[in-house]
Amino acid sequence: MKKSRLPMVLLGVGLAFLYLPILLLVVYSFNDNRSLTVWTGASLRWYHELIQDGQMLEAAWLSLRIAFATACGAVVLGTVAGLMLARFGAFRGRALFAGMISAPLVMPEVIMGLALLLLFVSAEQLIGWPAGRGVLTIVLAHITFTMSFVAVVIQSRLVSMDVSLEEAAMDLGARPAKVFFVITLPIIAPAIVSGWLLAFTLSLDDLVITSFVSGPGSTTLPMIVFSSIRLGLKPEINALATIVVAVVATGIGLAGFLEARRARVREREESQAGKA
Amino acid sequence: MPPPTAAAPQPSPALPPVAPRTVKDRVLRVTRRLGLTGRGGVILGPYAWLVLFFFIPFLIVLKISVAEPAVGIPPFTKLIEWVDGGLDVHIRFSGFQALFDDDLYLLAYLNSLKIAFVSTLCCLFIGYPMAYAIATAPEKRRGPLLMLIILPFWTSFLIRVYAWMSILKDEGLLNNLLLSLGIIHEPLKILYTDLAVYIGITYSYLPFMILPLYATLEKMDHTLLEAAADLGARPWKSFLTITLPLSLPGIVAGSLLVFIPAVGEFVIPSLLGGSDTLMIGRELWNLFFNSRDWPSASAVAIALLAFLVGPIMIFQHFQGRDQDKGAA
Repeated sequence: MKKSRLPMVLLGVGLAFLYLPILLLVVYSFNDNRSLTVWTGASLRWYHELIQDGQMLEAAWLSLRIAFATACGAVVLGTVAGLMLARFGAFRGRALFAGMISAPLVMPEVIMGLALLLLFVSAEQLIGWPAGRGVLTIVLAHITFTMSFVAVVIQSRLVSMDVSLEEAAMDLGARPAKVFFVITLPIIAPAIVSGWLLAFTLSLDDLVITSFVSGPGSTTLPMIVFSSIRLGLKPEINALATIVVAVVATGIGLAGFLEARRARVREREESQAGKA
Repeated sequence: MPPPTAAAPQPSPALPPVAPRTVKDRVLRVTRRLGLTGRGGVILGPYAWLVLFFFIPFLIVLKISVAEPAVGIPPFTKLIEWVDGGLDVHIRFSGFQALFDDDLYLLAYLNSLKIAFVSTLCCLFIGYPMAYAIATAPEKRRGPLLMLIILPFWTSFLIRVYAWMSILKDEGLLNNLLLSLGIIHEPLKILYTDLAVYIGITYSYLPFMILPLYATLEKMDHTLLEAAADLGARPWKSFLTITLPLSLPGIVAGSLLVFIPAVGEFVIPSLLGGSDTLMIGRELWNLFFNSRDWPSASAVAIALLAFLVGPIMIFQHFQGRDQDKGAA
């Protein structure tokens, strides 16, 4: 059967559509001109202004701390949730649980943000906790919506995993908890790492839910970025975007490199085992 | 921690005749009674979290949508109050009433549905060939190509929307390019119009369309296509009669992953859309942050949720099928 070249061409066009805007952003972050669309010369002016913007740096630091706490919380809850869905079979209330864990994947953020804020306000009225809104309420809200994404990652890894290892351990008398910590956890460790990173990124990037549940003094980076670009273009944001892209590209590149090396090592070991 | 053995509540048969001596024993007994040991205890964590932070909040939204707005903190009245020894119930539906009285909200709902629907179609038409190309690429290249699709998702959503602002504005890169090529003679007004919102949503949500499509296309049995070709079917015919129907689950899942959040989208219409781009997520935001009318904002949220409950259930049905495969 002759294979059509059309899909490959369209894939190229699609990838250009995905990457061109980001590329332009990076290129123009080195532009000296304020207008952002006329190239007048290369300069690091906007990077310089960015690192002198104390408000933005403070918000970035706050966002990083929130994202770290969120990722740690979400990875624990999300891993257990993924385990429940993939391994626990039918437990009481499974349908409700499956619904609650997958709804945040698509739920419009304005609704989740409003709902969580009203929860925090009502809880404060009722039991006096959480007192006011700030970092704590942001982290609680972020864990709630990111744990769903972690659960999906973990669950799909567990589904594709070879169950016979777990079964063998259980046949040999290992208790469920021991099987999980000794067999399952090491195998799904890469998925847990990507779940952690996913939760971290989602938390770092969230604007809408954060705006609802944040309080005075807890202004995160996306909130600052949003309020400054709402009024028009701001070259500093290009510099910020370039830094984000550079960090992400380095991270992904490193992960890809490590993965490739691991695959090579495995291949070599397998071929040696074959010879032996 | 109790040993994670007992899964169901069971009366411990070998209880000592004397009362438990230590606190630990006592705690153990209670947890075992409640079925919280082992599996039960593991389930409790995420379950309780989701009930508390996901389920209950919606009940509260429902409650406040029928409260009266008030000046104060928080800006709504209590539903039930003890007044002079009697129960006083305040329930009003004026928040919902306003949704029907004021054309603004109805128009915003309809416009949101329209924008989300058209953007979903755009994502499907752009995303399908891309997913197809990756799924039919040599196996070694699929991973890296898929990575390229996911990569933009790891950079900031806000920044990707911002990128389009500098491309689409009147003296932006697109207009400059078209002007210098002589295709147009006056700058096109794209930024701050509905068109920019379509572009923004399509761009931002494209990976969500491609991934489920790829997942179904990749699993497809390619010998079916070979058989069709052997029997004389032209490529287009075998695509329409074999590939397309088989990828239907991916099409539905991808479309819902784009459509549902797009209906309630706030960031894209407020950055790329004009002041006349009505979208319900934006109206909800304005009601809440600008008018500080929490009950009406809650009513808008409930109405929006009512629109989306159908699509969300279909999404969960597809999502659940994968989960059941895992449970089996």
